[in-house]
Amino acid sequence: MTTKITSAPPAAGLRKESRRRPAASPSISTVGRPGFAWALPAALFFTLFAIVPLVMVAVLSFMSWNGLGSPQWVGTDNWSRLWDDPVMLKSVWLTLLLTALGVVIQTPLSILLGVWAAGYQRNRAVLSVIYFIPLLLSATAVSVLWRALLDPNFGIPADATWLFGDGNLFGEQATAIGVLAFVSTWQFTPFHTLIYQGAARSIPQVLYQAAEIDGAGRYRQFFHITLPQLRNSMITSMILMIVGGLTTFETVLILTQGGPGTDTTISAYYMYDKAFKGFDFGAGSAIALALVVAATIISLVVVKVSGYDKMRSSMEGVS
Amino acid sequence: MRRRPNYLAGAGSLVWLVLVGLPLYVMLAATLRTRQDYAQNGPVSFPDTFTLDNFTGAFDSGFGQYFLNTLVVTACVIGIVLLLVPPLAYAIVRSRGRATSAIFRLFLLGLAIPAQAVIVPMFYLISEAGLYDNLLGVILPTAAFCLPMSALILSGAMRDISPELYEAMAMDGATPRRMFFQLVLPLSRGGLSTIVVFSALQAWNGFLFPLVLTQSDATKVVTLGLYDFQTEHGIDIPGLLGAVVLSMVPILLVYLFARRALVQGLMGVGGK
Repeated sequence: MTTKITSAPPAAGLRKESRRRPAASPSISTVGRPGFAWALPAALFFTLFAIVPLVMVAVLSFMSWNGLGSPQWVGTDNWSRLWDDPVMLKSVWLTLLLTALGVVIQTPLSILLGVWAAGYQRNRAVLSVIYFIPLLLSATAVSVLWRALLDPNFGIPADATWLFGDGNLFGEQATAIGVLAFVSTWQFTPFHTLIYQGAARSIPQVLYQAAEIDGAGRYRQFFHITLPQLRNSMITSMILMIVGGLTTFETVLILTQGGPGTDTTISAYYMYDKAFKGFDFGAGSAIALALVVAATIISLVVVKVSGYDKMRSSMEGVS
Repeated sequence: MRRRPNYLAGAGSLVWLVLVGLPLYVMLAATLRTRQDYAQNGPVSFPDTFTLDNFTGAFDSGFGQYFLNTLVVTACVIGIVLLLVPPLAYAIVRSRGRATSAIFRLFLLGLAIPAQAVIVPMFYLISEAGLYDNLLGVILPTAAFCLPMSALILSGAMRDISPELYEAMAMDGATPRRMFFQLVLPLSRGGLSTIVVFSALQAWNGFLFPLVLTQSDATKVVTLGLYDFQTEHGIDIPGLLGAVVLSMVPILLVYLFARRALVQGLMGVGGK
């Protein structure tokens, strides 16, 4: 098998060559090398269905369109309306809050679980199989499942009022946000656990043996060897969490519909709501563009701040 | 590895086991019992009754058709990805031209584009093309959004083919075309199966494109069917969970028989 999950260690520099072939390649001539025509069909297809729409979203954010007829140029009208829109401002805060909650809850959890699952003990292997089952459910299925399980009248809360009070978790902002954070954690922790499991398994055993000889206990080994060695994976995992958090959509649509009121209307949901329920496609495009820009900037900042800017792809730490 | 068992970690892992296992238990138990049983005894109890009505009920409310639609979408997306990505990855790995490296950068950039960002123009384009409420209108964008990660996975796999093999073939006067079919494709089977699983998961689990680009029952896919079932019969929880269980059966089968390929495909999923 050639893929990275089990084989390569997560060193940042290893896949530098993804950008350009190493100069040291012994082959000299261009004889027998494919031309760019081989890449052309895929490039055209991708341009048509991803790049063109991306450019169009920027253009549409300066236009007014209700889904019928042709879009009309309205200048910065959509942007100024959104700027003055209290729901928009609130949605930005909610998005940031949920994204931050996701990172803060899932990172330690998935590091601990990943390092635990990296052990080769039999019980760990068996339990890991169960832990990864949530990965088999689509985001839609996870949300539908939890909407049913947490239903105020027919779900678990109705059965366990000692824990959930009156049982309607969707009735108040704080509990509704709690539900969203919890369901995202349930859904995505296994994935990040898998990243850390792979990374923890590729830490050289020699490091632990040396620490053992020096008399370092289990917890010192964790903090002084395991954690530093997981650094690259942490950055990859966090970027995925941030981008995933900013674009969370199904979870909100299915679990809370943005409610109560607009109390869980995060930006991606507001975009959908504006465009496909309010038929204000111009404003929807503006929110979409803002989301892409925000996600890109935040990822770049994380990469810069962490000194991980040699990273060539988000597959990197997955190693 | 380490000699003493780590009791603290063991206890923590049991807490997580309950958090993961309990909902899965409730889901399975609910789908195998009658609605009355579920309503009377509550979700966490052990089922008194046994029935398969919840699965047949799902089919009665149209899930047969939805499964067929999802299958069509998944098969076509895999087809498009398999047609476009191997030549692309081959060019990325072997071509020396500037144009090819520009194309590769385009796909790296594409990794960062979330589907949510382009959904409004996609709706516009697909409607203008007359593909609204047509499965083809779902297939094309879904396939396009599988390309960047698939290209990355497959070119990574193709890079592991040693340059000497190419040179040996070049000595024999092989054309790029012959190398592609006789050397590259056979030696990158692992990468190919990963991109198949990755694209299949994207297509099978896709929600946003079908939500926005289709509307009738004839083009409804499973994920959308689940969402509609929940909005329309939200109180029939055993029926709803039966549909959820059905929707995960194919992936569960892959998990049981090709766990490694599935896990590798999944790792691509989060890479968006």
